[in-house]
Amino acid sequence: MAHFDENAKPFSNRWLDDRLAINTVKKVLSTEYWIPKNINFLWAMGMVLAATFGLLVVSGIFLLMYYKPDINMAFDSVNYTIMTEVGYGWLWRHIHGVAASLVFLIIYIHMLTGIYYSSYKRGREMIWLSGMLLFIAFSAEAFSGYMLPWGQMSYWAGMVITNLFEAGSLELTGLVEWIRGDYVPGDAFLLRFFTLHVLLIPLVIMGLIVFHFATLRIPHVNNQDGEDIDFDEAARLYKEGNKKESKVIPFNPVFLSKDVFVLGIYFILFFYLVFYHFDFAMDPVNFDPADGLKTPPHIYPEWYFLWSYEILRPFPKDPGLIAFGIAQIAFFLLPWIDRSPNVAPAHKRGLFFWWFWILVLDMIALTVLGKLPPEGIYNTLGTISAIIFLLLGPALILITKLEKKL
Amino acid sequence: MSSRRDFMGMALGGFTALGGIAALYAMKRSWDPLPSVAAAGFTTVDLSVAKENVLNVQKWRGKPIFILKKTSDMQADDRDVVVGRARYHVSIGLCTHLGCIPAYLPAEKLFRCACHGGEFDTSGRETFGPPPSPLVIPPFKIDGNKIVLGEEGPEYLKMKEAGLTA
Repeated sequence: MAHFDENAKPFSNRWLDDRLAINTVKKVLSTEYWIPKNINFLWAMGMVLAATFGLLVVSGIFLLMYYKPDINMAFDSVNYTIMTEVGYGWLWRHIHGVAASLVFLIIYIHMLTGIYYSSYKRGREMIWLSGMLLFIAFSAEAFSGYMLPWGQMSYWAGMVITNLFEAGSLELTGLVEWIRGDYVPGDAFLLRFFTLHVLLIPLVIMGLIVFHFATLRIPHVNNQDGEDIDFDEAARLYKEGNKKESKVIPFNPVFLSKDVFVLGIYFILFFYLVFYHFDFAMDPVNFDPADGLKTPPHIYPEWYFLWSYEILRPFPKDPGLIAFGIAQIAFFLLPWIDRSPNVAPAHKRGLFFWWFWILVLDMIALTVLGKLPPEGIYNTLGTISAIIFLLLGPALILITKLEKKL
Repeated sequence: MSSRRDFMGMALGGFTALGGIAALYAMKRSWDPLPSVAAAGFTTVDLSVAKENVLNVQKWRGKPIFILKKTSDMQADDRDVVVGRARYHVSIGLCTHLGCIPAYLPAEKLFRCACHGGEFDTSGRETFGPPPSPLVIPPFKIDGNKIVLGEEGPEYLKMKEAGLTA
């Protein structure tokens, strides 16, 4: 048996260290977890996401106390009880709605940062993959949550999205009815998506967040020059007191204090939206109760799903579904379709720089077109943008194969 | 003795797998539509009161059902439900693209889906846009001047055999 200090005071540092090795844990996870110095505010997005998820959990817990997952009561429990009767119920709902929207904005920024600085390859593949799993889990969480107010958009988005599982000409009607537990979205549907939203998917997300952090620990975060830092050497310099010469800082407290600064700025924007512009996250159509016999004139998802929705829309049914499927998994493949050996910011990678900005602009174009009604010129532009998106994959293989080693 | 350990491993693994499969089956069955839902009633509609070129929307198993009495200038189709001398178009009112409800435009005599612009003629056949197939005809039985939705009558079975229902 290991040596225990008999004289240590219960719960003192020594006492805990004997039992839990807390000093080692603290070193590994915080005071000697090294972060490069040459990074910018975009490296704070992970912590911004973690904080936003925290707000979603807290506001969600309070909403859960008054929400009724029943097709006859859900709409009123949200729009009447929570919004008008519950003290500060509106606050939880607006925080939940705004956070659900912003979390995707930050996820996209976080992903595009990773792409711009080539942070998904050469030892960092697992960070990218676990991040993509988180993106899928957040998407499922957002969709299932969107069903809960049981307004017109909830109902019809539920109808359209579950119909996707019919898989076009395969006509898997049985599968769709199994997912719904009914011929159309009803009580069974609402309750199972409620269960997924408040229990199963949050558990998965929490597990994935821990895993995502773990994938980061050994390869370390990338830096804005793509420099291959010798972390042992840099850590030695830092610990010897040569903090200026060292290329790294410890995660806690130095990097975390920078994170907290960015968080402060972010929360100013966040609560400005919660208090003054929450309506951007609340679709007016969803303030009509669900009606299975009346389709709203124009069905569209929330803004963060528009780009992939627009890839589905312009094509005939089967090719549209295939294109949609490709769009969903395309980003998973990024570490392998990028054939270049360089880990460097996009502006040092020649054609890749242009590829990156075409990707960004095309996704913005798809997002805008997804919101517009499917008529005339919008159809043509939508088709072009969708085809550009699909071509960006093969284009990346070609561009990165030609890329010279830096 | 490794073979003995292997046997223990396989026996444990086998029973665990069996239990796992059983649990998955139970989970699958838990998500099946409830018997009360599956047995959801039959809808009977009186056709004698229908007016020509006016769409009548009924609800059957939570889905909208289109019933349209055809005018004499609308083209007759094998998908029509014939009761006496009148011809009716009867279909599930969900676009075969992604399940939105198309609107009926009496002046243009066609159905148009607002979601993605698909169009169907008065026989429910797709004429424009993304819908891959005609509007689906629900199981029906003709009972005098009435139509019973959900029951498979001889007229329905004939249509189904001819592959006209979907």
